[in-house]
Amino acid sequence: MKYVDEFRDPVKAQTLLAEIRLLSARITRTRTRPLQVMEVCGGHTHSIFRYGIQQMLPDEVEFVHGPGCPVCVLPMGRVDDCVALAERAEVIFTTFGDAVRVPGSRKSLLKAKADGADVRIVYSPLDALAIARKNPEREVIFFGLGFETTMPSTAMTVIQARRQDVTNFSLFCNHITIIPTIKAILDSPDLHLDGFLGPGHVSMVIGTTIYDFVARHYRKPITIAGFEPLDVLHALWMVLRQIDEGRCEVENQYGRIVPRHGNPSALAAIQEVYELREFFEWRGLGSIDHSGVRLRESYAAFDAERKFAVPNIRIADPKACQCGEVLKGVIKPYQCKVFGTACTPEVPLGSLMVSSEGACAAYYNYGRLDSPEPAVAAGAPA
Amino acid sequence: MNILAPTGARRGGTLRDARINMSHGSGGRAMRALIEDVFVAAFDNPLLGALEDQAQIPMAELTRLGDRLAFTTDTYVVDPLFFPGGDIGTLAVAGTVNDLAMSGARPLFLSCSMVLEEGLEVDLLRRVVASMKRIADAVGVAIVTGDTKVVERGAADKLFVNTAGIGVVPHGVTIAASQARPGDVVIVNGVLGDHGTAILIARNQLALEADVSSDCQPLDGLVAAMLAASPAIHCLRDATRGGIATVLNEFAHSSNVGIRIREDALPLREEVKGACEILGLDPLYLANEGKLVAVVAAADADRVLAAMRAHPAGAVAVAIGEVTERPAGMVVLHTVFGGERIVDMLTGEQLPRIC
Repeated sequence: MKYVDEFRDPVKAQTLLAEIRLLSARITRTRTRPLQVMEVCGGHTHSIFRYGIQQMLPDEVEFVHGPGCPVCVLPMGRVDDCVALAERAEVIFTTFGDAVRVPGSRKSLLKAKADGADVRIVYSPLDALAIARKNPEREVIFFGLGFETTMPSTAMTVIQARRQDVTNFSLFCNHITIIPTIKAILDSPDLHLDGFLGPGHVSMVIGTTIYDFVARHYRKPITIAGFEPLDVLHALWMVLRQIDEGRCEVENQYGRIVPRHGNPSALAAIQEVYELREFFEWRGLGSIDHSGVRLRESYAAFDAERKFAVPNIRIADPKACQCGEVLKGVIKPYQCKVFGTACTPEVPLGSLMVSSEGACAAYYNYGRLDSPEPAVAAGAPA
Repeated sequence: MNILAPTGARRGGTLRDARINMSHGSGGRAMRALIEDVFVAAFDNPLLGALEDQAQIPMAELTRLGDRLAFTTDTYVVDPLFFPGGDIGTLAVAGTVNDLAMSGARPLFLSCSMVLEEGLEVDLLRRVVASMKRIADAVGVAIVTGDTKVVERGAADKLFVNTAGIGVVPHGVTIAASQARPGDVVIVNGVLGDHGTAILIARNQLALEADVSSDCQPLDGLVAAMLAASPAIHCLRDATRGGIATVLNEFAHSSNVGIRIREDALPLREEVKGACEILGLDPLYLANEGKLVAVVAAADADRVLAAMRAHPAGAVAVAIGEVTERPAGMVVLHTVFGGERIVDMLTGEQLPRIC
């Protein structure tokens, strides 16, 4: 395919891999543990597994799969809130497809739908608004989910709902914001990261200068990366080069999409509609200050949390789950006590096992070839 | 009597209603008119025309063709009913014919049962029935028995079709998912994912436009040509829901072998690749309605491929990988990028109601 195939060129990949091997060998000559680079974004995790990038890398370079999959970091209590909203007789609950299988403490949205709730999968928040216009006697709630990537489109939808006076539309806002999350990871004591691949689509909205603190304060190199496999390799090479040269900077590999100062009209829409919450609960990571947003007072009429009595359920993550340690890269997915046994894509305990961007599901679906899981390793090629 | 020959006879009942109502399922005159005017007139063959509660199939004819009956059933609920490249009628005949053909059987007889939603336009029903007849004639199967039920508005979505099929497996032909052996070659008969993509676009929810038609087609002729070229066809399955990924996993699991396929060998249209890129779908899991996956002994692969390419349903047939000893029970994809990954069974659904 034009404009895509060139980013998947195996010959160019070999050239980059040779460079990466040279760099990583030089860097790790004087240290005992492997280089750990976190890809923050679930889109990168997906690419790494889809193209088998990890096995192409030298042993001394490891990707750590970060928290940038919005479905994966959704706490159980929020899913329970969704189910409670969806089960109201007057409500049509609209959501992106990947959220319906996330387990709540009682059930997922998919189960709620089977039990009679009117849950509908949409491809855009504007579809939800259209459903609201078509069903004036019902209350249509859109499940807003995601980082700064999806925030502008739900913001624009809410702005449009107000402009068109669609009073039966509201947003159940679960948007989260990336910067406090990266800070929380950098502040966590059990972490040994050497650098970051920065998120591509988020940065298209928020720009690159906002990451300066990663380099300046925490002394970690970060490279904003695209999602094609050559993008990922190229960005990794850029991070390793920084480490090798003793630099800590914000670099932008994804310049074809990501402008230095982001997208002003998207940022304006975010500013217009949302304000920071004091804190937001993350699956596996606990409560992170200022990491979520909600609708401003001026849009209160479109806020499902103000409009309906959302139970605001708080449920501790299942004890057996080690989602938090996986999210922070402390353990690999297959080192989790329940990976592949009590927790599988069919019956997920943790949401990392649900989304195709979740580290555990990615390992389970694509990566078991090189994991030392006994049942598989016996038959796996070297 | 030639059981496939049209009788040309027209019976009394004429259906004048523009829409199906509850009386068309009540067993009375209205139902009789529906059956005779829509189904019997179109499917036109003496076994159906006898209007008994069952079709009586002479066995002598069957035993001449082989030593085993192949018997299968499938229900079709696709949404929308009409899509580029086919409709629920073409699917209902080609799908069941293909299920029979994957055993090497010659398909002979089908049943046709329909659940109709009150309010369905009779013209639409006639179009579906005409499609069924057209594909049945092309294959040489007769639709010899059937049933209709009408349910209240909202109790079904317009029209559901079930077809069961009977075919005869020739002497000496044994095809089974458990027969893949290390060294065998994996072949597909053409481009993948067209049906799934066409349905997705036909639903028109995505504001996506692309010129992709369903690949819906009967494969019995192609299978006959393959069997004529080589008896060493070990496994054969049509890759419908779940795509070729599902079929390959079934082969790997049943035969306890590994299957390695090459991403750069997969035949895909640019439009399908593009739709998958935009929507985050994997073409390996996209539905097909006229594609088979064959596992063939390496020594016969070229001969089988040549026979396939000489048939219109296999014009761009291609080898996509091979069977290996390890990793047993697993399918591995060698990516275009040079890496490797597992291709597992699908969890959940990529798209609902595609067939």
